[in-house]
Parts: sequence; structure tokens; C-alpha cells
Amino acid sequence: MQFSACGNYKTRYVDEATIFPNDTGRVLVAVLLLFLATLPLWLSPYLVFVFTLIGIFIVGAVGLNILTGSTGQISLGHSAFMGLGAYATGLLAQAGLPFWLAIPVAGAVAAAAGAFFGIPSLRVKGLYLALATLAAQVILQFAFNLFDSRGGGTSYLSVPQATLGGLVLDRERLFYYVVLVTAVLAVFAALNLFRTRIGRAFTAIRDNDRAAAAMGINVFAYKLLSFSISAFYAGVAGALWAYASGVVSAERFTLLLSVEYLAMIIVGGLGSVLGSILGATVITVLPEGLRVAADYMSQVLPQATHLFLAMRFAVFGLIIVGFLMLEPQGLADRWRVIKTYFNTWPFRY
Amino acid sequence: MSHQLEVAGLNLSFGGLRALVDVNLHVDAGELVAVIGPNGAGKTSLINCINGFYRPQAGTITFEGYNITRQPPHVIAGRGIARAFQNVELFRGMTVLENLTLARHLHLRYGVAHALAYYGRAQAEEAANRRFVEEILDFMELEPYRHKVVGTLAYGIQKRVEMARALCLEPKLLLLDEPMAGMTVAEKEDMARFIMDVNEERGTSIILIEHDLHVVMDLSSRVYVLNFGQVIASGRPAEVARDPRVIEAYLGDEAGVAS
Ligand SMILES: Nc1ncnc2c1ncn2[C@@H]1O[C@H](COP(=O)(O)OP(=O)(O)OP(=O)(O)O)[C@@H](O)[C@H]1O
Ligand SMILES: [Mg+2]
Repeated sequence: MQFSACGNYKTRYVDEATIFPNDTGRVLVAVLLLFLATLPLWLSPYLVFVFTLIGIFIVGAVGLNILTGSTGQISLGHSAFMGLGAYATGLLAQAGLPFWLAIPVAGAVAAAAGAFFGIPSLRVKGLYLALATLAAQVILQFAFNLFDSRGGGTSYLSVPQATLGGLVLDRERLFYYVVLVTAVLAVFAALNLFRTRIGRAFTAIRDNDRAAAAMGINVFAYKLLSFSISAFYAGVAGALWAYASGVVSAERFTLLLSVEYLAMIIVGGLGSVLGSILGATVITVLPEGLRVAADYMSQVLPQATHLFLAMRFAVFGLIIVGFLMLEPQGLADRWRVIKTYFNTWPFRY
Repeated sequence: MSHQLEVAGLNLSFGGLRALVDVNLHVDAGELVAVIGPNGAGKTSLINCINGFYRPQAGTITFEGYNITRQPPHVIAGRGIARAFQNVELFRGMTVLENLTLARHLHLRYGVAHALAYYGRAQAEEAANRRFVEEILDFMELEPYRHKVVGTLAYGIQKRVEMARALCLEPKLLLLDEPMAGMTVAEKEDMARFIMDVNEERGTSIILIEHDLHVVMDLSSRVYVLNFGQVIASGRPAEVARDPRVIEAYLGDEAGVAS
């Protein structure tokens, strides 16, 4: 077994295209997955739920990073596509569809919407595209609100628990495994994508769309493909969210969440799958951690509860700004630097 | 017999500026044809029309019997026309290898499902593809730079990567827009050798745009001279160099030929 190579000793082209350049990575990931698989056995239901949330947002963030980080198409509508997946799942689950069917179908619904709302990318780029995708967010959010207020008052869409052959995959424990498996599949599919012609076409469009076209890439078709793959991921995340939370409402899928998604991929590292994972983890855990901290502080200083609640958002904002200033390349790049350090340790030239 | 590429009555204007005026030009299979002309003559515009970046107002471009006028660039690339850019337009953040692999897009056929699973077909095609890319790296003597990020390389090397990337499309017609501009003499000689080898060994037809008349004389079998968007002379290099209109167009230009 190779610990970590400090040079390139590959003898086959297939080996160079591998996700794990050495056994160390493979073992680390296997250990991590085993560890994650045991979580529900010894962790409190609340913390298991936090991990469920992390898994869901990893799926969503990986999706947005494919579109924004790798294809260079900024989107402010990612939260709406997630919402679309959640609503679709609610309706499908109520209609009696099993979860393993409802989740991909919800993804497909979101993918279709993604391709549709990606059409402006034929003509506009950058900030203008951001505005065009903002329109997607606003329109879909409006539709969600309409749906919530169907028949007069506000009625949330309730989602029955997922079941597998009579076994109820309860929200506190077992559904976590569905999220874990989905997140692992999502991550590996994305890693695969970027060693193929499709992922390369995305990156080429980001770097130089004129040259990409001259190399035979149908730029518009690939932009739409990127929009729909990204929205598919968002839709799947929304489907998982629907099962995990049990109710679907428009409140969760506002512009704020779209911005949080952007924060995830920026903090983690644009165009990096690992970055999406790290970013989603940080941005999901931060508010939870700050909430726990606020709870704790308010026990000591009960009169200050409101103050801490308000400060939570300020601290959240400050931490993100801090990240942007200190780690502009994202967490994934920091990881790369650390890895390089140990690869050549103790001989550094 | 019809020509491989036939440009007939091409007209392109930007507002009031006539960049190309009734341009007629042809290339036969396996030919190396040069297009020369002073700055702003319309050489790049001509290439941009052939490869689909510009949509000429009038005229037709026929390639191997297909009318490719005003077709989108990716369709024209699919027909077998590749180009290298005058101002290096590489994917700067990618390595040399990634740039070349990207250009194999049209020759890889697997779809999204295979890509996401990266199993079977995708893996096999990628490995075979890598072998081809290595051949091109070898041919253009770029092996030492394989894993270097393009943006960090010297200008002369970047120009070479430009051409290598175009070759990865396995084109039938290669459009080279001033591949030697801004190079040292040694680099120019290397480049001339690569161009000749591509033409002779691979049988690829080439349209070579170049300022330097000497280079053109050595490499090409026929020359077109553009001036203010018009073809003012064409024929064998030696004949064209003697043409008074050409000498006049180049008068005062240090690239002018005195023979
Ligand atoms: N996209 C464009 N918009 C407006 N004018 C253009 C455009 N492209 C080219 N032109 C004009 O068309 C004319 C021909 O330009 P072109 O780039 O084809 O010349 P060239 O022969 O390639 O010159 P050079 O030797 O400097 O590369 C120039 O006057 C140029 O300003
Ligand atoms: Mg030019």
C-alpha cells in the first residue's frame, strides 16, 4: 500500500484519471463513511438530524457548484429549484409513491425547470444572468406561496414518512441513511463528471466560451445541461428535505437560501466538489452552533436572550466575511496546501 | 473537380466598415494556402467567417460540398474545420493536457449517464483518448509542459499549445491565424517545421495567415493577398511577390519582399 506519492509513478492512463491518487485517500474515505454509518447508534437524535441537514445541503451545494463554480453561470434560483423538488416530493409521497422513486422524479422535475430558466444564459452573462435567475426564484416562490394558500388560509403540505418494505424510515434515525447514501452517490457522480467530456466542456465554457465553441462544444446546449444537472441536484436535496422535515412550506425556499448556497460554494471553494462538502458543512453547522451557544449564554444571562438571537446573524455574517478575506480560494484550497505540505514532508524544496 | 473549401463572393461589414469585399478563395484537399496582408486587411475576419464566429452579409462558404455559411461554430468544427487563434485563447486555468483533452470533445461519444457513473464505455474511451493526446503532445514537442497550467507558460509555448489543441480535433482543414507572431527566430523555425509536418504527414489542408512574406514563400503552394478587405492578388508565392499591387500594399512595411 502506498501512503502518498511525492512524484508521478503512474504507468497507465487509466490510473491518472482516478479519483483517489493513492490508497491513503481511499482508506480515509472508507473510515469516514464507516464512522458516518455508525452515527445514529450513539449520537442524540438532534445531532443526527444536524448531520441529516448537512447531507442534504451537501447535495444541493455540489449541484450549485457544478453550475456556478465549474460552468461559470451564476444562479440566484437554486433555492427555488430545491423548493420545487420538495413540493413535488410532498405531492408524490401523498400519492403513495415510494421514496426511492419520488426522490429521482422530484429531481427530474427540478431539472426540467432548471433547463427552462437557464434559457436566458444564451444571451446574458454575469450580473445580468444573476438577475434572470433571480426571476426564476421570484416566480417559483410566488407559485409556492399560491400553493400554500390554496383554498383560503395557509395550509402546509405534509409529507408522510418514507417507508421501505414496511419499515418506517423515521426522521430521527433511519432516514439519515437515505440522506447519507444519496449524498455519497451525488458526490461521486460529480467527481466522475469532471473527468469526462461533459465536465470538461463545462469548465471550458467557464474559461472561454468562444474557444469552447471553436472546439466543437455546443455552448448553449451544455449551459442548459449544466443548469439541469445543477437543478436536479437541488431537486433531490429538496426531496430529501421534504422527507426529513415532514412539512413543505414556501418559507424555507426564499432568496436567503439561494444566497446561503452561494456562500457555501464560495467558502468551500468554487468549482471544487470537496469545497462544496466543506462549505455546506460549515454554513449548516455555523447557525446551529451559534444557536446552541446563544441558548447556553442565555442560561447565564437570561435577560440577554433576544440580544444573542440577534447577534447570531451578525456573527454568521462576520464569519463569512472573515472566510472571504482570509481564505479567498476556499477551504478546499487550504486542504490542498496542507496535503502538499505532508506529501513532501520533511523534505521541502 | 470541386474544391475542399470554396469561398465565393464573401461580404462582411461592421456598420459602415467593409471588412471583406467580394472575397473569392478556394483550398484543395491537402493544400497549404497562405493569406497575407497588412494590419486590418481582414485576414482574421475571413477566418472568423469560415469557422462561424462572424455571419457574413453575403456570399457562400462551401466545405466538402456542404454549405456552412452562417452555421454555428460547433457545427463547423464538427465538419472538420479547426482553428488556432491569433490572440492566444486557451483555457488559461487548465493544464496543457486538459486543454488538449478538452479539444477531443467531438471524438468522445459517451453520454451523461456514462459520465456520471464513469464506468465501462466512458472509462475505455477516455483511456484511448489519452493515448491520442499523448501523440499530439509528442508531435508538437510539448511533453515537458504536459501538467503545467497554461497561463504560466511562455508566450511561444502557448502559441504551440494553441496549434496542438486545434490538432486534437483531427481536422481536415486547419486555420492558423498568425501562429508565429511574436516568436523568436528559433521558435518560428520550430513552428514552420510543425506546420509543414502536419500538412505533409497528416495530409491536413491548412490556411496559414502570416505577416512575414519569407515564411509564406517557403511554406505555401499558393498565396492570397488581402488589402482593405479585398483580394488584390493570388497565385504562386513567387508570382505574387512580384505583383506591383502587392509591393505597393506592403510599401514601407518591413515585411515587404525585395526580389
Ligand atoms: N468584431 C468587430 N467589430 C468591428 N470591427 C471589426 C470587428 N472585427 C474586425 N473588425 C474590423 O475589421 C477590419 C479587419 O480586421 P481583421 O482583424 O480581420 O484584420 P487582420 O487582417 O486580421 O489584421 P491583423 O493583421 O492586425 O490581425 C479592421 O478594420 C477591424 O477593425
Ligand atoms: Mg488578425
